[in-house]
Amino acid sequence: MKALLGLAARSAWARRGTLALVVFSIALATLLLLTLERMRADVRESFAQSVSGTDLIVGARTGAVQLMLYSVFHVGGATNNIKTTSLDAIAKHRAVDWVVPISLGDSHRGFSVLGTTVDYFRRFQYADHQPLRIAQGRAFAGDLDGLYDAVIGAEVADALGYRLGQRIVLSHGAGGLPGAEHADKPFTVVGILARTGTPVDRTVHVSLAAIEAIHLDWASGAPMPGVAIAPEQARKFDLTPKSVTAALVGLKGRVAVFAVQRFVANYPDEALMAVLPGVALDELWQVVGVGEKALLGMSALVAIVSLAGLVAVVLAGLNERRRELAVLRAVGAGPRHVLWLLAGEGVLITTLGVAIGCVASVLLIALAGPWAQARFGIALHLAPPSGAEWALLGAVLAAGVFASLVPGLRAYRLSLADGLSPKV
Amino acid sequence: MLEIDALRFAWRGAASDTLRIDHLAVARGETLFLHGPSGSGKSTLLGLLAGVLMPSAGHVKLLGVDWASLSAARRDARRAEHVGYIFQQFNLLPYLSVLDNVLLTARFSTRRGAQAAQHAGSVREAAQSLLQRFGLDAALWARPASTLSVGQQQRVAAARALIGRPELVIADEPTSALDAALRDGFMDLLLGECRAAGSTLVFVSHDERLAARFERRLSLEQVNRAEGSR
Repeated sequence: MKALLGLAARSAWARRGTLALVVFSIALATLLLLTLERMRADVRESFAQSVSGTDLIVGARTGAVQLMLYSVFHVGGATNNIKTTSLDAIAKHRAVDWVVPISLGDSHRGFSVLGTTVDYFRRFQYADHQPLRIAQGRAFAGDLDGLYDAVIGAEVADALGYRLGQRIVLSHGAGGLPGAEHADKPFTVVGILARTGTPVDRTVHVSLAAIEAIHLDWASGAPMPGVAIAPEQARKFDLTPKSVTAALVGLKGRVAVFAVQRFVANYPDEALMAVLPGVALDELWQVVGVGEKALLGMSALVAIVSLAGLVAVVLAGLNERRRELAVLRAVGAGPRHVLWLLAGEGVLITTLGVAIGCVASVLLIALAGPWAQARFGIALHLAPPSGAEWALLGAVLAAGVFASLVPGLRAYRLSLADGLSPKV
Repeated sequence: MLEIDALRFAWRGAASDTLRIDHLAVARGETLFLHGPSGSGKSTLLGLLAGVLMPSAGHVKLLGVDWASLSAARRDARRAEHVGYIFQQFNLLPYLSVLDNVLLTARFSTRRGAQAAQHAGSVREAAQSLLQRFGLDAALWARPASTLSVGQQQRVAAARALIGRPELVIADEPTSALDAALRDGFMDLLLGECRAAGSTLVFVSHDERLAARFERRLSLEQVNRAEGSR
């Protein structure tokens, strides 16, 4: 057996060109599998952490997924608004620490506009309890002087090329309708948020009072004929909102979460509901997570193709090697040695390929991670392989071992049948 | 030394026997020239003598031991210890050096290694002196076997077959790829070294001009009574 190991190494080295290709394709398959799996897990995680640090999201009574969709992802609309008096009542609950109201409905060139309080920038958290960070400028002040101030997400700034001081006009509703613009009350960009990889990036933030101000002279979704209130005049009105779309709620302690949820659900004056963001996001993921299975299927296919390549290369090389195997047989190697020689080579090649693939995957994640975070908001983390990744690696290795047994067994049978003169 | 009794051999799936030999014995140190046209079963017979193929019936004995009485692994080990084999061509592993090709035998058989060392001091020295006697300069020893000419390769193969003085050397048309001058030189060296080592030589060829150099010649067509053979 020891005699064979050295020979196997020399033989493999002599065929290094072909074998390098096989190692390369196995490494590539491993790299794809690992990186896709890591991406899948991280995308899922960053999705699940689109909002964190918020214990409950309160809105009009509807489905949990729908509430998440419009309050966090700004997709679709609320069936009903909620009264600010209800929010005041919730804020007075002894377990509640803070309440941040949000008001949705308007847009700016396809990006949603979110009216909120200054607290939003302090309370809203995403991913692993990361607070929002203002990359340039400042948050809106929330007073009457800064009534028409806007803070935009990173993607809004990138996509529209906005800088601080940019004047922007909000559209009523989803936009696109002529005349449905709040052109009389333009806003000024005073802050640009750092990229988060969450819907915040695609949002224009203004104060609740500003939302009230631009709708003073509107009724039922259209400007009131004959009524025009100038931007300066608007400051004289009472701009306290009567209703908002939803609210983020933070508790003093997590233990009270179900009690507060029940309190909201049983609120007598209005049909309200409160959802736990984590739970609702999980439900939502089940809807949008089909894509991840497609990704996983793709990488499995890649792995199968490269292993088929391994078998093909070793089998094709087998005919060339029949002479070599006959020589070994003549000097006293048995058919079993021949089997081990080929199978052993396959196992080593697979192991080497998998190892190189792992290293490449780590390098790729380390090097491209910051870029992916900045460009796509996907936070890729370097971490020791997870259970699923170990399973993938094990599967590639097992398949490689199995695949290399095929040529090994064939060589075994050939060397039994050929005697010493291979029929080639 | 080498004894065949009531041998019958058929390839798997073949309707009739390829070989049927009632009796054949080769004495120790004898040189036997075995000839016959292509396809007459010469290589098959050599496979049976070397214990790589097993007869359908009958016995093939080397040094009194029937190959069929041994396990497959024991047969491989026994072949490494007692038999040197030279092919028609492609004898060498192209990725090994000339010297390593000769030393290959000793890798699989400690007995052959020990015997070689006993006469020359070490296995390596035994291989070197054999290569020298086969006319291969020290300058060639470290070169990969694939860079040698066919004539040189066959001499390396002979050196490998002979190292450690095996009782039996089997040569399967080793000169068919060589021209007349090279062939004569090769035959001189091979026969001389076999005699010096006391090895029995079974030499197969269809070139009957070589027969005169051997102690005994045998036509496979005469001894083979299988009906399918020519």
